[in-house]
Amino acid sequence: MMVLGLLVAVAALGFMTLGARGAWDYVLPFRGVKLAALVLVAFAIAVSTVLFQTVTDNRILTPSIMGFDALYVLLQTTVVFTVGSARMVGIDPRLRFTVEVLLMVGFAGLLFRWLFAGARRSLHLLLLVGIVLGVLFRSLSSFMQRLIDPNEFAVLQERFFASFNAVDSRLLGAAAVMVLGASLLAWRLRRSFDVLLLGRDNATMLGVDHRRAVTGVLVVVAVMVSVSTALVGPVTFFGLLVANLAYQLSGTHRHRAVLPVAVLLAVLCLVGGQVVLERVLGYDTALSVVIEFLGGLMFLTLLLRGSRR
Amino acid sequence: MIEVTGATKSYGDLRVLDDVHLRLPRGGVTALIGANGAGKSTLLSCMSRLLHLDAGAVTVDGLDVSTTRGDVLARRLATLRQDNHLTARLTVRDLVTFGRYPHSKGRATADDLVHVERSLRFLDLEDLADRFLDELSGGQRQRAFVAMVLCQDTDYVLLDEPLNNLDLKHAVAMMRLLRRAADELGATVVVVLHDINVAACYADHVVAMRDGVVVHEGSPEQVMQTHVLREVFDLDLRVHRIDGRLVALHVA
Repeated sequence: MMVLGLLVAVAALGFMTLGARGAWDYVLPFRGVKLAALVLVAFAIAVSTVLFQTVTDNRILTPSIMGFDALYVLLQTTVVFTVGSARMVGIDPRLRFTVEVLLMVGFAGLLFRWLFAGARRSLHLLLLVGIVLGVLFRSLSSFMQRLIDPNEFAVLQERFFASFNAVDSRLLGAAAVMVLGASLLAWRLRRSFDVLLLGRDNATMLGVDHRRAVTGVLVVVAVMVSVSTALVGPVTFFGLLVANLAYQLSGTHRHRAVLPVAVLLAVLCLVGGQVVLERVLGYDTALSVVIEFLGGLMFLTLLLRGSRR
Repeated sequence: MIEVTGATKSYGDLRVLDDVHLRLPRGGVTALIGANGAGKSTLLSCMSRLLHLDAGAVTVDGLDVSTTRGDVLARRLATLRQDNHLTARLTVRDLVTFGRYPHSKGRATADDLVHVERSLRFLDLEDLADRFLDELSGGQRQRAFVAMVLCQDTDYVLLDEPLNNLDLKHAVAMMRLLRRAADELGATVVVVLHDINVAACYADHVVAMRDGVVVHEGSPEQVMQTHVLREVFDLDLRVHRIDGRLVALHVA
């Protein structure tokens, strides 16, 4: 963990200073905001993925594979579709963001509690449901995007084509507050995380109110996914990559160890990867492509290994 | 005392528990016997609040299990389920330490660790304590889960087929252990058993179920009779007394 921490510090330093031209008092705040956003996104994705895998009792599904971020895109599109972007622009973006996240929490909470709070279901069934839901959400979004005014579509597109290079920094403040709130909720539940790993029945026997704990965790996950999707757009396999590396590296089931490692790894991947790609290799290829490629490979490996067992 | 009144539970059209009334006094070992699908496990799950009854109620020391707070019940009642599969990679000691969660809420104290070590010793798991569960045989894993349940240190212990996967030696050791828990620690042990001879030998009280109904209930002497066993299992079993113990010959 010390090594990881050190690596993260080096990456952050590199991110702030390497290849800087021009006045420092311009470069530092400019890059600082970007760095803060990347760290926030990394934190949100790492924590949400690990917790999601804990309550769903598996290590292959992630919120994004289950269509959480597609749901967020759908909500956004629906709002633009019904309210119209002109009126939306008039609203304070932070207020809008908050309302959107709350909506997301409501929907995701209902949908995924129904899926996961009941009896243990087959992993393949869940995977299938997730993919079908994801496709459904995406098709509904694109259907509505086709119907709306091209100008409004441009507004939407700008929001979803965000990448790790172009973080939507206007939302940073509100996003940080949201993540903080979700983290506080997670902190209150932290004692029960390890017990949830034992599955519904054992957790109940040990006195954990399973329904309440799972609902709480799903709320945390929904908030964090909304935040990361709002800031950088949908990423499918990044969380999976980070969470599984964290399980391997920490070698224990304890969330006290796994969560910090996952967060550090995520920050390292995003910030370090960005530095290497932008400054060292000298070209602006999309980091998300590299990460998705590696994460996708890992997903396939896990799936193949899981089905063999 | 565990009191079951009018317990009814259906899966779809199939009624697995049909208006069950049962009073299990404090202390001693109670065996639940019956053929597959008689409703033994369902009854046990309902007693331990893992399943909700369609009608009726279960109370433990006067506390209704469906309304009492989970953590309050977890300090009174522990349950071993029939199949225990975990995704997480845990060592035996980690698993057993989870048994202390109701008392310490995840922050194990010195007192908790004493309990953990004692449970490990009880189940002959000291050598395996730091092995991962997925590296163990079925019987060893079963013992690890029983150790966790005992570590919870509750007045009531419900076990669903604890002898699953155990060899003869450990099966006998397990039943002796449950006997000791009842005699020395004053625990109330309710256990689902398949071998009626084991039930007759170790239990104080035998409850026989069939098709979701309690058909007989009483001391081993009262239940170990040919006509009773025929009613429960549809088998004609001759009961012998060997060395003072009742034995039904079911292999011949």
